[in-house]
Amino acid sequence: MWRYLTPVAAFLVLGALFAYALVRIQDGKLDPREIKSPLLGKAAPAFVLPTVADTARQFDSASLKGHPYVVNVWGTWCPSCREEHSALLVIARRAGIPFIGIDWKDDNALAQQYLGQLGNPYTETVADAEGRVAIDWGVYGAPETFLVGADGRVLVKYAGALTEAVWAEKFAPHLQGGG
Amino acid sequence: MGALRRSALLLALAFAIVPVGYAIDTEAAFPDPVLQDRYEHLTNELRCLVCQNQTIADSNASLAGDLRREVREMIARGDSDADIKRFLTARYGDFVLYDPPLSARTVLLWAAPGLLLLLTIGIVVRTVLRRAKQPFDDETEESA
Amino acid sequence: MIPELGTFALLIALVMTLLQAVLGLVGAHRQDAAWMRATTSITRGVFAFVLLAFLILVHAFITHDYSIEYVAHNSNNELPLMYRIAAVWGAHEGSLLLWVFILSTWSLLVSQFSKGLPDTFRARVLGTLGLVGFGFLAFTVFTSSPFARNFPVPTDGADLNPILQDPALAAHPPMLYMGYVGTSVAFAFAVAAMLSGRMDASWSRWTRPWTVAAWMCLTIGITLGSWWAYYELGWGGWWFWDPVENASFMPWLASTALIHSLAVTEKRGLFRNWTLLLAIFAFSLSLLGTFLVRSGVLVSVHSFAADPQRGLFVLGLLLAFIVGSLTLYAIRAPSLQSEGGFAPVSRESFLLLNNALLVAAAGLILLGTLWPLVMDVFELGKISVGPPYFNTVFLVPMLPLIALVGVGMHATWKRASYAGKGRTLAGFAIGGLVLGALVAFGCYGSYGVPLTIIGFGGGFFLMASSLWQPVQRALRRQTQSRAALGMAVAHFGIGLFVIGVSGVASYKIEKDVSMGPGDSTSIAGYDFRFLSTNDAVGPNYLAREAHVAISHGGQPVTELTTQKRQFKVQSNAMTHAGIAVAWNRDLFVALGDDLGAGKWSLRLQYKPLVRYIWLGGVCMALGGLLAMLDRRYRRGVDAVPDTDAVAGEG
Repeated sequence: MWRYLTPVAAFLVLGALFAYALVRIQDGKLDPREIKSPLLGKAAPAFVLPTVADTARQFDSASLKGHPYVVNVWGTWCPSCREEHSALLVIARRAGIPFIGIDWKDDNALAQQYLGQLGNPYTETVADAEGRVAIDWGVYGAPETFLVGADGRVLVKYAGALTEAVWAEKFAPHLQGGG
Repeated sequence: MGALRRSALLLALAFAIVPVGYAIDTEAAFPDPVLQDRYEHLTNELRCLVCQNQTIADSNASLAGDLRREVREMIARGDSDADIKRFLTARYGDFVLYDPPLSARTVLLWAAPGLLLLLTIGIVVRTVLRRAKQPFDDETEESA
Repeated sequence: MIPELGTFALLIALVMTLLQAVLGLVGAHRQDAAWMRATTSITRGVFAFVLLAFLILVHAFITHDYSIEYVAHNSNNELPLMYRIAAVWGAHEGSLLLWVFILSTWSLLVSQFSKGLPDTFRARVLGTLGLVGFGFLAFTVFTSSPFARNFPVPTDGADLNPILQDPALAAHPPMLYMGYVGTSVAFAFAVAAMLSGRMDASWSRWTRPWTVAAWMCLTIGITLGSWWAYYELGWGGWWFWDPVENASFMPWLASTALIHSLAVTEKRGLFRNWTLLLAIFAFSLSLLGTFLVRSGVLVSVHSFAADPQRGLFVLGLLLAFIVGSLTLYAIRAPSLQSEGGFAPVSRESFLLLNNALLVAAAGLILLGTLWPLVMDVFELGKISVGPPYFNTVFLVPMLPLIALVGVGMHATWKRASYAGKGRTLAGFAIGGLVLGALVAFGCYGSYGVPLTIIGFGGGFFLMASSLWQPVQRALRRQTQSRAALGMAVAHFGIGLFVIGVSGVASYKIEKDVSMGPGDSTSIAGYDFRFLSTNDAVGPNYLAREAHVAISHGGQPVTELTTQKRQFKVQSNAMTHAGIAVAWNRDLFVALGDDLGAGKWSLRLQYKPLVRYIWLGGVCMALGGLLAMLDRRYRRGVDAVPDTDAVAGEG
């Protein structure tokens, strides 16, 4: 008798799995398209890139050692980046830590125009024309925002347009108590 | 949400799902066919993280092009396939490999064919033995 | 006003399917002749109203009615008429309506062509189909109505996804759905058997043609999808193990196993429980496919705009039908257990092994498809399981299976005797391998990959083994049943398929090049010369066109045209490849980007034997058609066992 119930039992287990998955998707805790960063908890990749304003000047991430900072990957070609820009301005001003903008595969002139028109939230804006630094950071879309702690480890990665709510929920808690 | 905004959102979703097109890699092939083979083989096993349903060999996405370039440079430098995969998984996780690596979590995936085959043969053998003991009249019948 | 009629029609159909279910199932239980008779009429009524709703949607597309949201999202003023009609099933809501429409069509066909069935049985089958229809109509009406209105009304639509603007689009989903939905017919027959507690030879005889019909549609649907992907999408790829492709392949494997299990049940009354389970599995896998595509739990190129809410509804449907039928199975199976023996080497045991391997294959695909989800849900990390895994793993049950088909086809019932056949078969096997090696080295100059010669050999062996007896009988002017012929043709098709796959996988060549007018390059002995480019205009796109001349050994072969199309509305660029088809190979040219200085990027491909992949699929379907039309199924309910149909089929 019991062996005839095996199919039902197996199916119920599968059904439970699906139900659980759907509920978690609905709650926003699960996104099949999202890729979790393997960098979390590891040392942030070092980089040396020319700045957008002056391509002769190189910016070295080593200068950020010892205190927390934020890296935001963006581009003028990216509509969601435009969406988050006003929030970024507010967040950057309030946060009081360096905000490094990595202009990903973009045109310097366009970038300068963009920042001139919409405001510049970044302490430093660098140009990753070839996309190598973005690959080092595991970037797969724009915008993406990273929080690096004072010890140089990546604490948070957020893919998507940043909002003040997201900042408060995911980023700010790491900065209270001194980073 | 108004119907128009909802339409716009759905449209955006539609774009998100559509693969933009297929890529053609016009970098010169490796003069050494063994290296070229490795390049083609690798790029056909790595997943494009942007569209997520194509390999980086096929994807038109800008990131896919960048990743192909990385693979090309690493091969030229003399890195092994394992080195290249490690480089990519350190940055993107195992998701970037279409061939799931063998680990404690994927052991079931890789053991499954063997296990299922054994289970299958086991069930068949058991059934056949049981039926062989049951009575039946031999027929001298044609069958195709 | 008219779209509201559509919604109204669906609501009426919803109520009627409930009626169909109640009158059918309860009527059968109560042996109420009036109720049972009414079920048939109601089935026709459901079809009429669903047809009405469907036609209303088609009409809305034809007349550019953008007041309907679904039309506005998927159509456009400049979309050609053919694609406007095909756009009806281009996205979630419309494809669901198509699903329901096809279900009501199958139900109508069953009600029309079941004169020979006992009333109780027919009522139960139609009642079950009514339940399925009710579930899907409820899903449509309450969560996914294609008639939702738009306000304000746009003057133009968003256009159909350019990838879908192709003739094969018109045919692929309807055919695929005919197969998917067709699994519900076998399911209904199984449920009817379980409810009545009886599964005799006549039950098998009634069920088999319907099962084969659905299987045939599924075969054609999958083949069309693969062919379409090849020339429209995949740039030479014909199967990607994408979750939704897998979702259609698993029911196919289960349906194939079901047909073979039914053969044993029909002939000897054995494997009844396996048959029931397989019928339930085929339908369950079909429902699972529906769930996977529309819920958003899996990332796939085919996914419709995903919605977890809808996902939960479909999951509910899935659970209701599957848990219900499997529980019924658990209750009835013990009493349906049959007595009857057969020798270890016999047609029965070959078929058992065949089915077990097919089910194992389906299980492997299911595991590979779902494992990333399992890991993701339990936060064990994100992995991808793709072609490298499936291509390897699928061979494990398939290689032994293909080897055995050619042998098992000739096994006799109860105790197989290969007297007089064994040597011929061995000859075919050896001959196949030799021929395979000859083809590999003679035509392609190398042994290919380790499995190439085995693949060719297996394919040739299957072809010879399948055709041997039909040809022999034809030469001796003996009659043969359509069923026997059908089986031969279908298995011959498998041989063709194996040869196609072996050829392409072993010897295909792809080359990405940068060429300008006058430049030339060669692959596989074919010279490709870039001639010129020009602009071209299509009904709703602008294109850049390139012309490439191909020659072989100095002799001109053909001239191919390839376009890079820019669609006006959705502004996606799509490449339309030029393909030169021949009996033994395809040559593929696809235009890429303008590299400046007159140079363009092009992908050139040489695909040997690739057409046999789809020819094999068509053959299999043809075999199914022949088998289905066998005379013994047309005679209706006869308690008299068949005498003429016995010789030469299983």
